[in-house]
Amino acid sequence: MNASGSAARPYTRSVRLHVEIELARLAGRLSRLAARGGGTTIPGKILAAIDPGAIAKLAARLPLGCALVSATNGKTTTSAMVAEILGRRVRLAHNRAGANLVSGVASTLIDAQQADLGLFEVDEGAFPEIARRTRPRAVCLANLFRDQLDRYGELELIAERWRVAVSGLDPAATAVVNADDPLIANLARGRQHVVRFGLDDATVARERLPHAADSKYCVDCGTPYAYESAYMGHLGAYRCPACGNARPKLDVSAREIALDGLEGSSFTLFAPEGSARVRLALPGLYNVYNALAAASLSLALGGGLDEVADGLGRFQAAFGRFERIRVGERTALLLLIKNPAGANEAVRTLLEGDRPAVALIALNDEVADGRDVSWIWDVDFEPLADCLERLVVTGSRAHELALRFKYGGLDPAQITVEPRLEPALDRALELVPPGGQLPVLPTYTAMLALRRVAADRGLVRPYWEAA
Amino acid sequence: MKIRVAHLYPDYLNIYADRGNMAVLSQRAAWRGIELEYRPVGVAEAIQVGEDDLVYVGGGQDREQALIAPDLAARAPELEAAVEGGAAVLAVCGGYQLLGHFYRDRSGAELPGAGVFDLHTVAGERRMIGDVLLECEIEPGERRTLAGFENHAGRTILGPVAEPLGRVVSGFGNDGESGFEGCRRGRAIGTYLHGPLLPRNPWLADWLLAQAVAHRSGDVPDLEPLPDELEAQAHTVAAGRAHTRGGRFG
Repeated sequence: MNASGSAARPYTRSVRLHVEIELARLAGRLSRLAARGGGTTIPGKILAAIDPGAIAKLAARLPLGCALVSATNGKTTTSAMVAEILGRRVRLAHNRAGANLVSGVASTLIDAQQADLGLFEVDEGAFPEIARRTRPRAVCLANLFRDQLDRYGELELIAERWRVAVSGLDPAATAVVNADDPLIANLARGRQHVVRFGLDDATVARERLPHAADSKYCVDCGTPYAYESAYMGHLGAYRCPACGNARPKLDVSAREIALDGLEGSSFTLFAPEGSARVRLALPGLYNVYNALAAASLSLALGGGLDEVADGLGRFQAAFGRFERIRVGERTALLLLIKNPAGANEAVRTLLEGDRPAVALIALNDEVADGRDVSWIWDVDFEPLADCLERLVVTGSRAHELALRFKYGGLDPAQITVEPRLEPALDRALELVPPGGQLPVLPTYTAMLALRRVAADRGLVRPYWEAA
Repeated sequence: MKIRVAHLYPDYLNIYADRGNMAVLSQRAAWRGIELEYRPVGVAEAIQVGEDDLVYVGGGQDREQALIAPDLAARAPELEAAVEGGAAVLAVCGGYQLLGHFYRDRSGAELPGAGVFDLHTVAGERRMIGDVLLECEIEPGERRTLAGFENHAGRTILGPVAEPLGRVVSGFGNDGESGFEGCRRGRAIGTYLHGPLLPRNPWLADWLLAQAVAHRSGDVPDLEPLPDELEAQAHTVAAGRAHTRGGRFG
């Protein structure tokens, strides 16, 4: 955007933008009235169509600038945590409903013109474009796992696009990166303002890398990394035995990590600002990573250490991510699954509580789920299969799931196949005794559809209203 | 009865859930009372010609494929001896490409292949991504279908002595224009189809098992049928996907 050009005709320009925004808003309301979902991307799509430069203009109006969060796993939860930490003090433009493409960011900017700070989770593929348009003052890049290869392509390709995008950021911008992920740690090499975060607690490490871990070969020379601690997928404390490329020194770390089954988790946050004990209502090591990423970004944005610990302590699950929904006398526990690394952590965390005897798993194959469903074979479902007495599989590719468990050792007689989501949910709930909990592991569109069922029954608020 | 399966580079080539194919082979063998001895084969470890009844090669990301390509190409003599000796082979996606003569990337650089199949692959502009349905006739008079998913930038061109695995009903196939998919040489099969391939196409799993048994014992066995209702339904759904949204260039 040309500053002198915009100064020359300020009135006509702002009027035009105003009219464009109102048109776009109206379309979003019409979409909601037509019951076509939350209408969370419609205004942005229209605005982008009538004025491709509008998103940059709206972002430039934010007094405190923009921060972007991207990752394969955890971006919705991480950005929701940052919103909880900073949102009491700072007015945010935050795409909390997860509309994380250019159109979703534009829609959020339209809806929050009184905001001071833009906080956006962004899709991995859209990160370069959104970074170019919004000129963020900070970016948080948390992890890259294999995910929806039909949509994103190979990891190296995304990492290379990210590297170019990071090198194009404003030199004053801060890159907050997960040092435990070799691909991510190396994106920030040579930048002036970098915050590197990671776990520092060997007691929560796994014995070995899981099946089909990614990025386990040195980014510089291709030799397999040696892991001092492997925490989640390929994330950990690594060192190349051949050339010495290693996890960089941590600026912000989580130590003394305590995982308390399904009830929650806690850790001590170490930062240049000091240290604080953080208690999370969310379970699992992956949520410790999310909290650490959120803490690092919040500190980089000027948050205080107490503010960070308090905000994380207040935080409740983002929609569909470890969300509990009461259904009569039973509770459905929703754990979104979308790729092997995330699903492995969901299964691992689930089994830390009382081992479930019944589960509902939902596999759809829309674009947002990934049309290629082969990833379910890379998930370590076997520990779950071992404790299940009954499994209900649903979604448009329910039969593939049934095969995954059949060849994973579950007797087909224990598997109920019901491709329709609502009858499958009721069927699975009936198998759980009153007072019990049903774990529900849906892919993205299946999760939204199941929440819609719950919303229609008055059990939850729609996702575009849920905090 | 016992058969031996050698899985090449499982640490590097495992991008499209290749372990699903392994699980299907080993379970369907076990359900027939056949013991399947599985052996991962890494860089600089040898295939045992005459002893390995089935050799499996999966697909990887470009970086992983480049890391193992020289080792795989150097195996050309042992792979040739194994195939000539009647061992069964299943190579999927990247593994399929690297069993051809060479793979040429967008910059013109060539990765050498093992030359088991008479074909070569050249990286194209657009990736070919989507559901695929093939019609095959591996045994004369037995027409069968294979349903899978493809995701490849490479265009694979069959040489004069290469026989395709099947004819594309829906989807792209080897190169998006010839109408052919995969390659078949005796008991060796190469294909772009993952999904993984074998769970929803159990007839091919059984064919490979029978070929592996034949390599061991000399006779192709009649494997007893298994209850495959779930497999048949998954095949029907996947075949339907290929019909409604299988890949084609706009």
